Amino acid sequence: MIKIRGLTKRYGAFDALKGIDLDVKQGEFLVVLGPSGAGKSTLLRCINRLADPTSGDIHIDGKLARSDAASLRRLRCQVAMIFQHYNVVPRLSVQKNVLTGRLGAMPSVLSWLQLFPRKDVEIALECLRRVELEDKAELRTDTLSGGQKQRVGIARALAQQPKIILADEPVASLDPKTSRTVLNYLRQASRELGITVVCNLHQIDYAKEFGERIVGVSAGQIVFEGGPDQLTGDVLHRIYPGLDENDARCNAAAPTAATAAAPVLRQLQLEEA
Amino acid sequence: MNIGSYTLLVAKPTGNLGWLPRIATGVVAVAVLAWAAAGAQVSFTELTKGLPWIGDILSRMLPPNWAFLDKLVRPAIETIQIALWGTLLSVILAVPVCFFAARNLTPNRVVYQFTRQLFNVTRGINEIILALVFVAAVGLGPFPGVLALAVHGAGMLGKFFAESIEEIDQGPIEALRATGAGAVQTIIFGVLPQVVTAWIAVVLYRFETNLRQATVLGMVGAGGIGFELVGSMKLFQYHDTATCIVVIIAMVMVADYVSSRLRSWIQKGAHA
Repeated sequence: MIKIRGLTKRYGAFDALKGIDLDVKQGEFLVVLGPSGAGKSTLLRCINRLADPTSGDIHIDGKLARSDAASLRRLRCQVAMIFQHYNVVPRLSVQKNVLTGRLGAMPSVLSWLQLFPRKDVEIALECLRRVELEDKAELRTDTLSGGQKQRVGIARALAQQPKIILADEPVASLDPKTSRTVLNYLRQASRELGITVVCNLHQIDYAKEFGERIVGVSAGQIVFEGGPDQLTGDVLHRIYPGLDENDARCNAAAPTAATAAAPVLRQLQLEEA
Repeated sequence: MNIGSYTLLVAKPTGNLGWLPRIATGVVAVAVLAWAAAGAQVSFTELTKGLPWIGDILSRMLPPNWAFLDKLVRPAIETIQIALWGTLLSVILAVPVCFFAARNLTPNRVVYQFTRQLFNVTRGINEIILALVFVAAVGLGPFPGVLALAVHGAGMLGKFFAESIEEIDQGPIEALRATGAGAVQTIIFGVLPQVVTAWIAVVLYRFETNLRQATVLGMVGAGGIGFELVGSMKLFQYHDTATCIVVIIAMVMVADYVSSRLRSWIQKGAHA
């Protein structure tokens, strides 16, 4: 479904991605694991061209991705995205936020006048039902909790009826229980609808739990590729350089704390000692 | 430093020069103010000498001629009508252009600079001067006043609209682009919902300003209550002038009250 060859991305003098080769199969739930700043987001953004690759080729569903306006629109209609900060429009109703997922597929001028094809409204409601928010459809989105907002984000992505969903740290701002719920909705939808999912995570235990396959990224390179059971301490060291066994256990125990809290945890341990 | 039971807390100057830069800044500031006072002939002795004359004019104005109120109803209404259409036209002129003047939406730097400067020019010319030009173009009456407010207001609103667009959360915009939405769709569903309250507040403020400006536009023949004000002064009918001033003050106060109430109501999160 996705074929990436020799992908590099440079920001000024900084190499965010240093030659990525990656294949993602149809219907697969792939987790990209790595610390903040490893290049996970850049990788996703290159796939849907929110960032222009410096070099390398990306094939989506057998077609080479290009940057001209027409191919861009076609590509983005097929590839949906879910964001860490949800990126829902706060003042729009939940239903309208989900409907924005259909914008690329409907007549522009009528949508400017807030006129939507009935079939698209039906699709949006169906997607809201999948994340069990149909009773909130009329509410303004800024009245929802973080987890609910992300479910709206998932519904918006599903409303695109995409072949691929890119999820960029979808649960990084949520507590552990909500995180599981949100990731479950995502996994369920991808299984039932056969959507390929590429999901960035920095929490090791979620990666093990949800990833059918895991790709470890560190400093702009792929340093691991394999199943969740192959994610050993040795492998984690390659993905998170400088991470000792203690921190690995801490991360496993308090997944949301993860990388941000690691220095604090280390300090606490020092104080205890 | 301790003064009695008080402690003076002043941030100590950093850098090698100690207090020198601060003292120098103070000296320069005083020098500039003295220079400006000489140029503007600021003179408190003149003011004191003039006080009796101000008292004289006031005594000729008071009490206001309340009978004159009858004749002011129509010009006052006309002033509101001028302000209303001046504001509406300036919104219509500013909205299509402001997206090009926002750094996060503009297609390129040339367009950005051009639209910014366009707003600067229209905003830079005072309403009275614009009104003089439009009176010459379309003749005496309220319509040149409307045009003057529209052109000046478009510059001011365009700048504020563009700046509020620059302050929005980019996340939803990126999300809409990622769904394959077009540029206009992105603006309608991603930008407008985020700026609408700020825009309404600015437009209300602009209406209030326009009402104030419309009261003086009549001085150059562009309609409204200012025309009556200047007329009464020319005829030395100072009691009538006082009535005009009272009406103007009342209108401005009502406009200020209503628009500030509306603004706070909207910002508290009335449904958009």
